[in-house]
Amino acid sequence: MAQTTFVRSLQIQRQVWHALLMREVITRFGRENLGVLWMIGEPMIFTLGVMALWSAAGMSHGSSLPIVAFAITGYSSVLVWRNTVNRCNSGIQQNLSLLYHRNVRVLDVFVTRILLEVSGATASFVLLTIAFLALEWITVPVDLLTVVSAWLLLCWFGGALAILIGAASAYSELVDRLWHPAAYLLFPLSGAAFMVDWLPPAGRDVVLLLPMVHGTEMVREGFFGGVVTTYHDPAYLVVCNLVLTLLGLFVLRDAARRRGGK
Amino acid sequence: MIRLESVCKDYGVRHGRRRVLDHVNFQLGRGRNVGILGRNGAGKSTLIRLLSGAETPSSGRIHRGMSVSWPLAFTGAFQAHLTGIDNLKFVCRVYGVDWKPLIPFVEEFTELGLYLREPVLHYSVGMSMRLAFALSMAIEFDCFLIDEGMAVGDARFGGKCHVELFQKRKDRAFILVSHDPHIVKTYCERAAVLHGGQLHDFDSVDEAYAFYEAVQPPVPTVQFD
Repeated sequence: MAQTTFVRSLQIQRQVWHALLMREVITRFGRENLGVLWMIGEPMIFTLGVMALWSAAGMSHGSSLPIVAFAITGYSSVLVWRNTVNRCNSGIQQNLSLLYHRNVRVLDVFVTRILLEVSGATASFVLLTIAFLALEWITVPVDLLTVVSAWLLLCWFGGALAILIGAASAYSELVDRLWHPAAYLLFPLSGAAFMVDWLPPAGRDVVLLLPMVHGTEMVREGFFGGVVTTYHDPAYLVVCNLVLTLLGLFVLRDAARRRGGK
Repeated sequence: MIRLESVCKDYGVRHGRRRVLDHVNFQLGRGRNVGILGRNGAGKSTLIRLLSGAETPSSGRIHRGMSVSWPLAFTGAFQAHLTGIDNLKFVCRVYGVDWKPLIPFVEEFTELGLYLREPVLHYSVGMSMRLAFALSMAIEFDCFLIDEGMAVGDARFGGKCHVELFQKRKDRAFILVSHDPHIVKTYCERAAVLHGGQLHDFDSVDEAYAFYEAVQPPVPTVQFD
């Protein structure tokens, strides 16, 4: 048989991702009531709830920041790395039987799950921003390009982390068990509920070791502009993402092979 | 042509590694067929997984010069919360086949009626088998992998499978794996025996059968008083 051409391979890749996406969407959201719109509705409800709570609790700590924009930027940033990882955990074990279809690989399952989570979180972020802009509860982001680049970097971070932790969860159930408390503890540390500027200098250095803090700060830099002092180093986030991606793909390949798969 | 070159497969078990397939060599030409006999645990299913590409060999090479099916009537890849139709759509999308023209065939073959639009988790084993077999027939392959699936189901279903597979698709290659020599004898032109991790190839089913009997420990005789 002739070697499969590159174009044909792309075509197969597209088919497989499309098939997995549709399968995932229908399995998760069904056709009842809102159906696939829950993909966006679920993160929106989360974000709105957090926004309401933070507004009531005065989480902007006396700063002049509008709490609604603060909550939307903060909580949306959490969703991209928390939900992607949650979805990919135990993803290998659950989908081994799909590998009987020769063109489906473990990575395809991960990629589609990540795409779905990231799209849902992005749509929720965009729709909420537009809705509150229309209500004039928030103002137009100062620097849209910075918001978009920060968001893309955060999505990359979420995807890379999901591949790494999802793949590692194939080695031991401990990974999944430890991830949940870790995610819970990382949430308050991720910069969602505070600005790095509010911390004492020693605290800033520690918290800035976490890659997602840079992303969240950068989103806010783009949203609020000069009103806030932000601390972020996009290069640091990019390097972390690269390392996580490489490590994730490596672990995923090894995990799939250990399970006998591909 | 499908060719296995010195294929080994090891699995990690609690005490180190266990070699299930030990330097297996094997080939099958286009349109030809073979039965593979082996007792429970001999490595038949492992061989099927390697042939279908669900798993990769620990060492050695598998060359697939023709398209190879997933194990026929394999129900494991169903998403239980999806309906029969949704599972059909999924399989068709993976293989880039339009599902709409296939609905009449699947409806006719499975006789599932309204159940085709119900989640697969509401199906009985027999119903799942029928759907799985219909899906296997929905995608055209050069070579079918048959893992004893034919033995399940009632006579009517067995007859329909027979027509679809061995009559309508008699130009295709297939690999039938079984512990039952009679099934192999009925359907296959040659046979091989999996024993002790090795695949012993024979030109005729009878030779394979004789070998299989010889290496098989005696079946305990049951006394009825």
